[in-house]
Parts: sequence; C-alpha cells; structure tokens
Amino acid sequence: MRPAFSVIFLTTLIGAGQGLFLALYTGQLYAFFDLLPAQDSRSYYAAGSVLALAFLCAGLIASFFHLGHPERAWRAAAQWRASWLSREVIALPAFMGMVLLYGCAHWFCWHAPLFELPGGRAVDPTLILGALATLLGFALFGCTAMVYASLRFLQEWHTPLTVINYTLLGGASGFVLAAAFSALAAPQLSGFHAGWAMILTLLALAGRTASLLRNARLKPKSSVRTAIGIKHPRIAQIAQGAMGGSFNTREFFHGRSTAFMRAIKPAFLILAFFVPLALLAGGMTAPFLLPVAFILQYAGLLAERWFFFAEANHPQNHYYRKVS
Amino acid sequence: MSSTPLHDPLAEPVSGAKTETYTTTCYMCACRCGIRVHLRDGEVRYIDGNPAHPLNKGVICAKGSSGIMKQYSPARLAQPLLRKPGAERGAGDFEAISWEQAFALLAERLGKIRATDPKKFALFTGRDQMQALTGLFARQFGTPNYAAHGGFCSVNMAAGMIYTIGGSFWEFGGPDLERARMFIMIGTAEDHHSNPLKIAIAKFKRNGGKFISINPVRTGYSAIADEWVPIKPGTDGALLLALIHEIIAMGLYDREFLARYTNAGELVNLDAVHDEFGMFVRSEVPKEEGCFDPQNKLWWDRVSDRPVITHAEGADPYLFGEFKLADGTPVKPAFQLLQERVRDYTPDWAAEITGIPAATIHRLAYEMGVTARDQKVVLPISWTDSWGKEHDTVTGNPVAFHAMRGLAAHSNGFHTIRALAILMSLLGTIDRPGGFRHKAPFPRPIPPCAKTPDTPLAIRPNTPLDGMPLGWPAEPDDLFVHEDGSPVRIDKAFSWEHPLAVHGLMHNVITNAWRGDPYPIDTLLIFMANMAWNSTMNTVEVRKMLNDKDAQGAHKIPFLVVCDAFESEMTSFADLILPDTTYLERYDVMSMLDRPISEFDGPVDAIRVPIFPPKGECKPFQEVLVELGSRLKLPAFVKKDGTRKFRDYPDFIVNYETEPGSGIGFLSGWRGKNGEKSLSGEPNPRQLEMYAANNCIHHYELPLSYQYMRNWNKGYLEWSQRNRITRYADPIQIHLYSEVLQSFRLAAQGKGISRKPPEHLRKRVETFFDPLPFYYEPLESQATDRHKYPLAAITQRPMAMYHSWDSQNAWLRQIHAHNYLFVNPGTAKAAGIADGGWMWIESQWGKVRCMCRYSEAVEPETVWTWNAIGKSAGAWNLAPNANESQLGFLLNPVISEELPASNGGTQSNSDPITGQAAWFDVRVRIYPVKPGEPEQTSPQFEPMKPYPGTRPFLGDWLAYFAGSKK
Amino acid sequence: MTQLALVIDLNVCVGCSACVTSCKEWNTSGAAGPLSDCNPYDANPTGTFFNRVQTFEVGEFPQTETVHFPKSCLHCEDPPCVPVCPTGASYKRKEDGIVLVDYDRCIGCKYCSWACPYGARELDEKQKVMKKCTLCVDRIYSTTLPEADRRPSCVMACPPGARLFGDIHDPDSVVSGYTLMPEWGTQPANHYLPRRKTTITIHEDQLVRADNPLKIDGKLPKPSRQQPTLDDVTSW
Ligand SMILES: Nc1nc2c(c(=O)[nH]1)N[C@H]1C(S)=C(S)[C@@H](COP(=O)(O)OP(=O)(O)OC[C@H]3O[C@@H](n4cnc5c(=O)[nH]c(N)nc54)[C@H](O)[C@@H]3O)O[C@H]1N2
Ligand SMILES: Nc1nc2c(c(=O)[nH]1)N[C@H]1C(S)=C(S)[C@@H](COP(=O)(O)OP(=O)(O)OC[C@H]3O[C@@H](n4cnc5c(=O)[nH]c(N)nc54)[C@H](O)[C@@H]3O)O[C@H]1N2
Ligand code: SF4
Ligand code: SF4
Ligand code: SF4
Ligand code: SF4
Ligand code: SF4
Ligand SMILES: [Mo]
Repeated sequence: MRPAFSVIFLTTLIGAGQGLFLALYTGQLYAFFDLLPAQDSRSYYAAGSVLALAFLCAGLIASFFHLGHPERAWRAAAQWRASWLSREVIALPAFMGMVLLYGCAHWFCWHAPLFELPGGRAVDPTLILGALATLLGFALFGCTAMVYASLRFLQEWHTPLTVINYTLLGGASGFVLAAAFSALAAPQLSGFHAGWAMILTLLALAGRTASLLRNARLKPKSSVRTAIGIKHPRIAQIAQGAMGGSFNTREFFHGRSTAFMRAIKPAFLILAFFVPLALLAGGMTAPFLLPVAFILQYAGLLAERWFFFAEANHPQNHYYRKVS
Repeated sequence: MSSTPLHDPLAEPVSGAKTETYTTTCYMCACRCGIRVHLRDGEVRYIDGNPAHPLNKGVICAKGSSGIMKQYSPARLAQPLLRKPGAERGAGDFEAISWEQAFALLAERLGKIRATDPKKFALFTGRDQMQALTGLFARQFGTPNYAAHGGFCSVNMAAGMIYTIGGSFWEFGGPDLERARMFIMIGTAEDHHSNPLKIAIAKFKRNGGKFISINPVRTGYSAIADEWVPIKPGTDGALLLALIHEIIAMGLYDREFLARYTNAGELVNLDAVHDEFGMFVRSEVPKEEGCFDPQNKLWWDRVSDRPVITHAEGADPYLFGEFKLADGTPVKPAFQLLQERVRDYTPDWAAEITGIPAATIHRLAYEMGVTARDQKVVLPISWTDSWGKEHDTVTGNPVAFHAMRGLAAHSNGFHTIRALAILMSLLGTIDRPGGFRHKAPFPRPIPPCAKTPDTPLAIRPNTPLDGMPLGWPAEPDDLFVHEDGSPVRIDKAFSWEHPLAVHGLMHNVITNAWRGDPYPIDTLLIFMANMAWNSTMNTVEVRKMLNDKDAQGAHKIPFLVVCDAFESEMTSFADLILPDTTYLERYDVMSMLDRPISEFDGPVDAIRVPIFPPKGECKPFQEVLVELGSRLKLPAFVKKDGTRKFRDYPDFIVNYETEPGSGIGFLSGWRGKNGEKSLSGEPNPRQLEMYAANNCIHHYELPLSYQYMRNWNKGYLEWSQRNRITRYADPIQIHLYSEVLQSFRLAAQGKGISRKPPEHLRKRVETFFDPLPFYYEPLESQATDRHKYPLAAITQRPMAMYHSWDSQNAWLRQIHAHNYLFVNPGTAKAAGIADGGWMWIESQWGKVRCMCRYSEAVEPETVWTWNAIGKSAGAWNLAPNANESQLGFLLNPVISEELPASNGGTQSNSDPITGQAAWFDVRVRIYPVKPGEPEQTSPQFEPMKPYPGTRPFLGDWLAYFAGSKK
Repeated sequence: MTQLALVIDLNVCVGCSACVTSCKEWNTSGAAGPLSDCNPYDANPTGTFFNRVQTFEVGEFPQTETVHFPKSCLHCEDPPCVPVCPTGASYKRKEDGIVLVDYDRCIGCKYCSWACPYGARELDEKQKVMKKCTLCVDRIYSTTLPEADRRPSCVMACPPGARLFGDIHDPDSVVSGYTLMPEWGTQPANHYLPRRKTTITIHEDQLVRADNPLKIDGKLPKPSRQQPTLDDVTSW
C-alpha cells in the first residue's frame, strides 16, 4: 500500500493522545488509591487533558486531508453498524468529548463526591468521566486498528496483533508523552510514567516484533494464478492497459526500493523502541531527556506507521505489475 | 444496505437536453464501420456502432469509441499556415493566411508547372480513402507523379494475389469464416478489416473451427489462436512452398478444381530457344482485342491423348507429364512445372529456414489437405460456368486463409504471396464457401485492365495525362519508361526497377526528389501522410532531406504543401499547410472507383456526412481539390466555357460522371433521376440524402447464384459486365503459372520483340520474374552481415491506435503512452539487457535507444515494437516531455529506404517486382546502454512549437461531459 | 433474486480495448460523469476508467499463451467494499445486485478501494469521489434508449462478442465460467470463460485414400516416410 501521510499522522497523533489520557487517568487512579501523590486538578489534569486533546485534534485535522470531500465528513458516521471506519469516526469525537469533559471537570473542580466506595473513598465526576473516557479510548484503539485489521485481503493487517500493537504503540507513546509532561507539570509522577512507558514500550516492541515475524512468514493467499484464474506455474504480466499510471498503481504501491524497505525496518525499531527505552531509563535521573524520548519515539512511530502501510501487499497488485 | 441514494443513478444527467442521432461512417481507421453519433445539446454524447451496418453490425472498436477526443483534440489545425520567410523547414514557424491567399498561391504555382512540365508537381497521399478524387485530380493535372499509401503498405498483397487469382485480401476479398472449418492467419496483426474480422474469428472459434496463426509474435488475434506457429520473419515463402510440396506429394489437392479453374493443365512451351519459351502454347483462335488473356490455350487431353483447346467438351487435361506438340515443340502442363519447382522445397528444407519443426509442417499440410477434402460444404445453389456447364451445387473446401503485411512487407513478399494464393488454389478454396471470397469489384481480369501510359509523351503541358497514373502492367511494353528504359515517374514505379509497382513507391519520393533522380520536381503535395515520421524509412535522414538546400540556398524540394488535420511531424516541414476537417465534418465517399466496403454477397459503397461544421478555417481537402481543379481549369472540373462545373464536393459527388453520360459516378446507389437505379444511371440530385437516410451505405445483394465461383460464373461475369464493373465477361483462370512474369523474364533474356531492360537490371529482372514462386532470402538480409546483425526487427499495429494519429487522443494515449521493444527473455539476457531496462537497437543504417520488455510470445530471433507510438517532442501538441517522445520510440530510423544496387548506385529497399516497401526486412543487434546514459529515447529532435490557431491545452485536467453541465 | 453481471469469454477476447473506451465515452457523459483525465496531453497521462484490459503471458516460448484479460467491477454477491464504507455511499442494489457508489454521499476516503481485492475501484482524482463500473445502470434501464440498446456499453461495443450480459441467477443463462480469487469468498457475479483448444486428428489412412488424384495422372502418393514412427522412440 502507499502510506498516506494524513493517515500516518492521524493514527500516531491520536494514539499518543489516547495514551497520554490513559497515563493521566492511570496516575489519577493510583492517586485515588493513594499509591501516588495527588496532583493539582487544573495545572496537571486539566492541562494534561488539553495536551491530549491537542494531539487528538491534530490527528482529526490530519484525517481531513485524507478525504476527498471533507465537507461531507459528517456522513461517515452513518454506517456504524457495519463499518469500522464509521465506528472510528464516532469513537474519536466521542472520546475527544469525554476527554474534554474530563478536563473540564478537573478545571472546574467538580470534586463533589458522587458516592463512596466501601473503603470510604469518595468517587467524584472526574473519576467517572475518566473511566468512561478510558473505555472510549480503548474502543477507539480498537476501532482504529480494526479499520485495518478487518481487511482480510490485507493479510499483513488481518491479525489481532494489529489491534494489540495499535493499542500498545499508542499507549507507549502516550506514556512517554505523559512522562515528559509530568517532568514539567508534576515531577513526582515522571518516574512513574517513565516506568510504565518503558514497560509499554517493551510490550509494544514485543508485539511489533511478533507482527514483523508473522508477516515475514506470511503465505499470500492470492497469486497471479488465482487473480486471473489460470493455473500455470509461469505467468507474467505484460501490460495493464494504462501506461501513465492509474489509481491502482498510485494507491497500492509504496514505490520505494527494496533497499529502502530493508533499511526502514531497523530504523524504526531503533527509533521507536531502543532509543526511547534508553532515554526513558536516563530520564529517571535526567528528566530533560523525557521530551527528547517522546520526540524521537514519535518520529520512530511515524516511520513504523509508514512501514505498516507500505508492508501490506494488496492482492489487487497482482493485476498491476508491468506496463508495455 | 443504504437508504435511498442521494445521487439517482438512473436520472438523466442533463434534464431536458436536446438529443440527436446521426449515422455516418467511422474514420478512426481504414476499416470504415458504420457508426451512430449521438449528440447532446450539440456535443458528442457518445459514438457507437450502427447495428444496421453490414460491416460491423453494431460493434465498435477502441479507436471508434474515442472519436470524441479526436474531434475536440487540441492538436487540430485551424487555419491555413504559411512558413514564415526565412524560417527553417521543420522549425515550425508559421503565419496564418486566408484560404484566398492559399488558393491564389497554389493556383499560380501549379498553373505555371502545368503549363510547362506537369510532372514537376507530385501528389502523394497516405492513409486516405479518396483515391478516386486525388487520382482524378492528378491525371487531369497531367502529372504521372501520383500514388497513395499502397506502395509502402501492402501492395505485395494486392499484386501477388491479383496477378494470381484476380482478387486479394486487403479490401478486395477475405476468408469466409462463416463456413470455414480451419483458418490459417499469416502475418496479420490488426488489418483494414478490423471489426469484421474480430466478429468473424469469434464466431468461427465458437463454431469449433481450428484457428492457426503463423506469426513471429503472439498478440491480438493470434492470442486466441488454437495453435501458434512462430516463424522467423521473411521466411514464409519457404513454409508455403513446403506446404505446396507436401500437398502435391500426398495428392491432397483438389484436382477437379485445378483442372477446370486454373491454368494447371495448360501446356507451357519448353522450347528453350523459342521466343515464346515459357509461355503457354496457343491455338489459332484470333487474339481478342484488349488486355485480357483469351481462352485459346491447350490442354493435353487424357481421354483422347492429344492436345485440345482448354475446356473442350468432354476433355480432361493431364496435370503431370511431358508431351510433344505436332510441330515438335516440347510442352509440359503448368502443374508439372509447379511440381518440379517445389520438388526440393521439402519440409526438412523449410524447417531449417523458418525455424518451424518439419513435423509441424507435415501436420499442417495434412490438416489443411484432409479438412479441405473431407469436410466439403455443398450448398444447393445452381450456377452456370463460363463454358456453359450448369452446376446444381456450389462446393466449398472449408480451409480459409488470411494474410497481410507479415507476408507483404518483405522484399520477397510478392513470391511468398503468390505461393499462398497457389496453396489456396490447390486446396480448391477460391471464391467458394468456407474459403476465400471476393468482394466487388473483384474478381478482375489478370491483370486488371487499367494501364498507365507507356511513354513519357503522355505527359504534355496543360493536358491531362494520357492514361492512369497507376495501372496493372501485363507485359514489358506496358511499362511507363523512356526509350532507354529509364523511369518516367519520380518514384520509379512501372520502371524496370519495379515493373509491377502497381501502387507506386511513396517511400522513395522524398529521397528521389531530393536527389533529383530521375529528375527534380517543384511542388510536392502530401495529403494525410506523415512522411517526416512514421511512414518514412530512414526518418532521421529524410528529415534532413526535407530541409536540404542546394549551393544557391534554394530548397532541393522547392515547395512542400501538406494537408493534414493535426499538428503532425510532417506539417512542421511544410511551406504551406492546408488544415483539413475531421471525419465528422465532411463528406467522404467509399467509392466503387476506389476501395468500397463490399461484402462477399455483393457491392457496398458508403459515404460520410458532416455532423459538425468545420472547426475554425478548416476545409475538406476534397473542397480544396475541387476549387483548385476549377481554378486550374482541369477539364473534368470546368464546363466547356471554362467556368466552374461543380459548386462544391457534394455537388461533385452527385454529378460527376467518369465520361459524359456514362452513368458511372463516385456512388453506385440511388442513381437515376429519382434514385431508382443501382450501380449506373444518370445523376440523382437527392442521392446524398438517400444515402444518409439509409445508414450512409448502398448494399447491392447479388442473387445467390452469382455469389460464388465468380471467376468463372457466367451469370455473375455478365452481370458485372452489364453493370460496367468489368469490361470483359471472360472467365478469370487462376494463374498458378504466371505468363505475365515470364514475359518480363523473356525480355530480360533478350527474347521476343518487346522492350528490353537496361543492362544493369537484366539480371535482376531475369531472376525475380520467375513464372513460378520461389524462395529467396530478403534482399536486405542478403546485404547484411548476419553475424553482426543477428535479429529481425518488426513492428505491429496496436489495436487501440491508428498509426501516428491517436497520440493526440486523450483516451487512447493512456493505453499506449509509450512503447517498449519486446525481446524474448533468452535473447535479452544473452545480450545483458534487463526487463524494463534501457537498451540500443542498431542496424547497419542507424540506431535507437529504447526500453526493453521481456516477452515469451516472440520468436527468439525477432524483436518487435508497436508501430508509430513514439513521437517527436512537441508534435501533436503534446507537452515536449510527454511519454511518447521521451520514453516511446519509432523504429523507422533503423530502417533504410535504399539498399546498395548492383550498378554501384542505390535501389529502393523494396520488393524487386512490386516496389513494396520492405519494412520488415531490417536486421539488427541489441545491447544495453552504458552506465550514465540518459533514460531517454534517442534520437531526439528539436521540440515542435504550437502553431498559430492551435491552442495548447490549459490545465492538468480534462473532464469531458457532453452538453450543458449538470 | 436477480444478479446482473458480465461473463467474459477469454476464449475470444482479442484484447482490443473497445470495452475500455466505449465504457469511458458512455460514462463520462453519463450519471457517473465526467470521468476525469489528468495530464491528458502531458507526461504520464492518467484518468478514471471503469474497465481496463490487461495482458498476461502464460508459459514459455514456444508454448506461450497470450491472455488478454479485461477487468471491471465484478459486482460481488458478498461485496467486501460495501460494508466498510462509512457513509453508505457504497451499496449493492437489492433489485439487481449491482454494486454502486452514491457520488453525492461519498467522502472520497478510498476505504472501499482497499477492501476490494480486485482493484476494481478508482478514485476520480478531480471529483474526489470513488467510481467504478456501474454495469451501465443508466443504460440498461434507460427509458429513452431503444430496447436493443439497453445493454452495457462495453457489451455492445465488444467486436468478438466476448462480453455477455445477463442475470446469472437465471437458470436459463448458463454460466459455466470461473470466478476470480475464489479464496476470498466474495462470490464475484462476473464470471470468466476459459480458453478452449480445437485440434484436428489425422489418421494415416486419410492420407492414402483410394481416390487419390495422383493416380489419375498415373502417379502414386508418396508414402509419408518423414512422419514420426515408433522406430524413432523405441528400441526393443
Ligand atoms: N488499430 C489499427 N488498425 C490498423 C492500422 C493501425 O495503425 N492501427 N493500420 C491499418 C493499415 S494502414 C494496415 S496496412 C493494416 C495492416 O494490418 P496488418 O498487416 O495486420 O498489420 P501489421 O501490424 O503490420 O502486422 C504485421 C504482422 O505480421 C507479423 N509479421 C512480421 N513479419 C512477418 C513474417 O515474416 N511472417 C509472418 N508470418 N508474420 C510476420 C507481425 O508480427 C504482425 O503481427 O492495418 C490497418 N489497421
Ligand atoms: N516501421 C514501420 N513503419 C510503417 C509501417 C510499419 O508497419 N512499420 N506501416 C506502414 C504503412 S502500412 C502505412 S499505411 C503507413 C501509414 O503512414 P501514414 O499514412 O503516413 O501515417 P498516418 O499516421 O496514418 O498519418 C497520416 C497523417 O494523416 C493525418 N490525418 C489524420 N486524419 C486526417 C484527416 O482527416 N485529414 C487529413 N488531411 N489528414 C489526416 C494525420 O494527422 C497524419 O499526419 O505507415 C507505414 N510505416
Ligand atoms: S475498426 Fe476502424 S472504422 Fe471500425 S470502428 Fe474501429 S476505428 Fe472505426
Ligand atoms: S472489447 Fe471484447 S475483445 Fe476487446 S478487449 Fe474488451 S472484452 Fe476483449
Ligand atoms: S469487485 Fe471490488 S468493487 Fe466490485 S463489488 Fe467486488 S469488491 Fe466491490
Ligand atoms: S470512498 Fe466513498 S464509497 Fe468508498 S468507502 Fe469512502 S465514502 Fe464509501
Ligand atoms: S458495464 Fe458499463 S460501466 Fe461497466 S465496464 Fe461495461 S461499459 Fe463500463
Ligand atoms: Mo498500411
């Protein structure tokens, strides 16, 4: 497939936004159970929510660049019963709305307890809103990933690993972002976030490696033989009826050399996983490394996402090998 | 799955639009299908095939469906253009002038030429279909220097078959696939009979017939052949002769057919010292007046064992044997000579040459012979033969052939095609069901009657040419030569160099005129031919010739007029450009006097009608000729008092008669005062309307009893004579053995009283004018170091492109934006060339850089490409960096128009008999580019500029939508 | 239930591309139109087409088959391109099974094209909506066209008649063809008919025959000694 930058930015930005929110909320939960010091609602949670929203908005804006008719984007919510894309289109604003509410709740200090837990802990609206947003955040990870994972023809994507990895990668980048954010806004939390970020990054590395190994061993289900329905060991395309290119040659081929493809794989692995891991570790003591870790990891994730798209072989490509 | 669509897919996109439908004839190629042009609010909504048309029966091809993009092409010319003073030819610097200026300029220049030396005006036309008018104009002007594209196209096909069976493939006849059981297609890619052939092949296949394609390449039609027989280019003669060998050796020929309908049994004089050596012996029947071989030859009768006049009642000739006439003359039946000729042409011999295994050749011969013999089609149609014998049935031997330029475009093509026609005759398949069928006005006498003058005295100032500019020589005395045997025509057609050049040698005109050999000319008018590009050999040099000047700085070809509809490569070399209309803007005639669109069952002619007014200042070339003819006062175009006879071309079509009161005109339908007559009759003022109301065609269906065996069908021949289609009603015997050729050979041997060839051509004429077909390696091959240039290079027609026309067509050019050289992977790898890689293809004449595409569908010693996809930069109003000029290439720069001649000079790279351009003889080698070479086609030429009046296309987008927008 | 479709007979398709441009000319001015072309007279011309003809070579010289392969939307019975569409612009008509795009609803997200394994959809790069073969829905139900013309444009054009059009659920229409990429279970409605080969078998006795014309002229047919015999391939 040809990676579209709009989609690369969409998925990586909202992934980071979702992860950041989850990190914030995890922090709040820990604090709720007194495992971490509580933070200021306004300067930490509200500000953090704004930051998460900023990423989500940027992602949303990026997605519009993908559309031929952005003015009709609202129509995309129509098919939630069948289409993962439609579901994503619903889940994203829903999640954003919930994060907004969550941020507002903190900003306006809606701390009036709603009820109490058996242990005597008072549950306030921020916690409820946060829980709802968390559900939506996971739903959004699921929807986004399922947009790709549900396409059974794209065998590289058609695996639970896609959902797992979208979640883990988004989570990891969000937690790294949270660590960086905390380094500024709540230095006591940065170690906590950095720690989780390392765990998530390691898990994501495992997940991504698993999918790389899986994909390297994939047996394409389709071949030029099934594509044209002729069973012969030697079939070669000669012409495709369009020499100046077509939608099919533009949309489904990344157009890069195999050398480039071979180089980008270690590049994103180093950038998205190993370098951030090192920086996160360093960040424990030198917090200024944490923003660097995020920036580099995000760059790595852009490359990872590019590769994710590029790596997928669409069966239609059997019809578009050669011109003459 | 969704609610009511917002966009109603069934709604008319433009509500309340005005829609109209017109029928006319397509001219996106030479096939001439019937089309319906549907307009919406005055713009072309779509063009589809006319279901009521006999040719295409409603179907249409890729080109025909893209007519819209031709009509609205930005490459169209719009005004007459004159080369700016001082601008170089080829630079494309023009200024617009008015038609009045153009006519005045032409009338003055041509008037002067006509008053002094009419042959200094040469008119050559390309892929047009109006030779009836252009030929008439040239003749009336008085110049012999006229020809159409036939010489560089497929004259071998026309001549080889017409000199043998009185008809030919091409537009003159074809395979009857309705009834055939076996179809052998040789060297055909797309053909002039494009849609009808596709319809027929599919039907044939679905009926379970076996389709064999003999071709070095497997594409297009060959793709769906049941068997592909890859052959080395230029070697079909060997294959066909070996097939003849096998058919005769196994007795698989149709003896009855041969005896009665061919000259197989006619006795040939074998007295080597006799002036008539090699000619048929004749009885004392007085020789008939005219051009046609009288029925006065002899058979050796098996019944009475003595010589008798052919077709004597109750007689049956020996086909084999050796006899002595009463006066002691040794004679043999022609068939005996044929058998002797093919004795050594065994399948094993042919296998070596053609690359086809001998076992395959045996099998092909057996399949043909047995199918022809055992699967006879007998139709209950009674008819009477020329000798008065009545037949209750028409019998067909259902083996059909079709062949085109794969045979024709070689310098040994004439004899190869003769061999094919003979093979078809041996199988008894001529004008019979399931075999080859003629189309009116064919069959014609062998050779047809039309003749050129035989002396330069026929060319006189201010006088029409005394004879036709093109004709069919029957003997050396028919040649159009000077006393000393030197050529009269600029292209040297009908001279000893190319005696049977019945369509002229257009591919040599520019070179000859430039060299002044045989003489310089003044004005060259080129109509619808892209002679600076794809219809010229040696393109790079010819482009230089077009602009070459003498010591005084005057152009060697002083004045060049080009009539084109588009900004072609040729137009840039013109001094004067005449902008033509498109096929949707003018009247055209597919005339019985030229090449009509006849069907097997009878004559069909057709017209085109204008659907739109001409774009800008465009003017149909026919109008230009009628205007010029009137201004020059050419007799056919003016009244006795010198005033103009025809208002315009439609007036000419309707009212012109070949001779006053002849009743024969351009159209055969709806003649007579009220349109009640067919074929001949006085002019009908409403004739064009009547055509237009009848799908633009006139189809005359012959009675069934006249539809077959027409060479010998008394009823048909008399009908044809009565309707002035032919002058004679004599039977047209098949010439297995060609006396016409022998008469030239005799002259070369110094025998008889006819003209003799000049010394330096004697050997050549003697060699090639063999009365029986023989195989020789193509001339260029003979003149090439085969080790250095081991490969044959050929081209093919792509189905979705017509020559150079369609690169300006926004839709068609997407299908063929550029071309590759197709090379067998083994061959390419051996040369170190990668699939898709850049490479050179080089002959002894030139080289071209191009891209390679591996293909398993090409014979390993052959490389090929699609013809005329490559373009000169900027031509056709394409961007100078368009694929066509940067990645695409033309093969023509590696093909030469001349070969070294025996006298140290040059000779045309053509068939020595017909002057057919030998496009497919070139031998090449291939090698990869060196590192660092640009990834761009070579040679490149200075980009052409847009002309005044042609608008470059603005913007990146074309979104055609007919009529007012939604 | 009706399922309209094309059946493409590869046995007679000569690869002429008539179906390509006849489709383009009908549809560019039709309900789906215009079908835009980019760089029409420039480098790398490219445009929206609903149908393309490709060429494949099967086998090695000299046993090569050249296969021309026309491909347009196959109007799958279980079309994966439809459920993925977020707007409902992609839909399959209940009445005849034609898969269509609602151009006024489409947001040009291209997702449906990813979901089509056949590459049958093309985004119109100027109008920015997804397009594909409509099975000429605006022709076959037209009330203004004569009855005989209510067939897809490509079907009417195809010179060898390689494109057949009809209801593949109609038991009277024999569809013996195969479908493309059956592994995905899309159940394409369009079918393809394979190449067939006709051969001729000649028996030795057919070559000799009592009525051989050579006898009339006092000759005998040459025994065909060049023909391969068992002697060439065995040694007892
Ligand atoms: N679409 C389209 N149709 C056209 C034209 C066009 O430009 N485009 N041009 C029209 C014109 S002017 C003409 S003359 C006709 C020509 O019609 P064709 O004669 O069909 O045209 P070519 O493409 O020249 O085909 C020559 C074929 O002969 C094969 N060949 C070459 N050398 C040999 C050989 O030595 N032996 C054998 N057996 N085969 C050989 C080539 O591979 C090729 O398939 O087409 C007409 N129709
Ligand atoms: N290498 C190679 N070269 C070949 C061949 C080959 O097989 N291989 N084939 C040869 C053969 S068979 C032929 S017939 C020739 C064909 O060669 P040509 O007849 O020279 O070539 P065309 O490309 O048909 O273009 C003739 C010109 O007609 C113009 N034209 C188109 N429509 C109209 C119109 O309505 N009016 C006017 N006035 N002009 C119009 C076009 O713009 C073009 O400039 O090519 C020959 N050249
Ligand atoms: S074959 Fe030629 S005449 Fe017939 S539709 Fe196609 S372009 Fe027109
Ligand atoms: S029009 Fe018919 S023969 Fe031509 S490419 Fe299309 S399907 Fe094949
Ligand atoms: S071929 Fe592709 S676009 Fe057409 S219905 Fe099937 S999946 Fe959808
Ligand atoms: S491009 Fe249009 S039709 Fe395709 S999925 Fe998106 S909205 Fe639906
Ligand atoms: S059915 Fe209509 S839309 Fe579909 S390919 Fe044929 S012509 Fe094009
Ligand atoms: Mo030609």
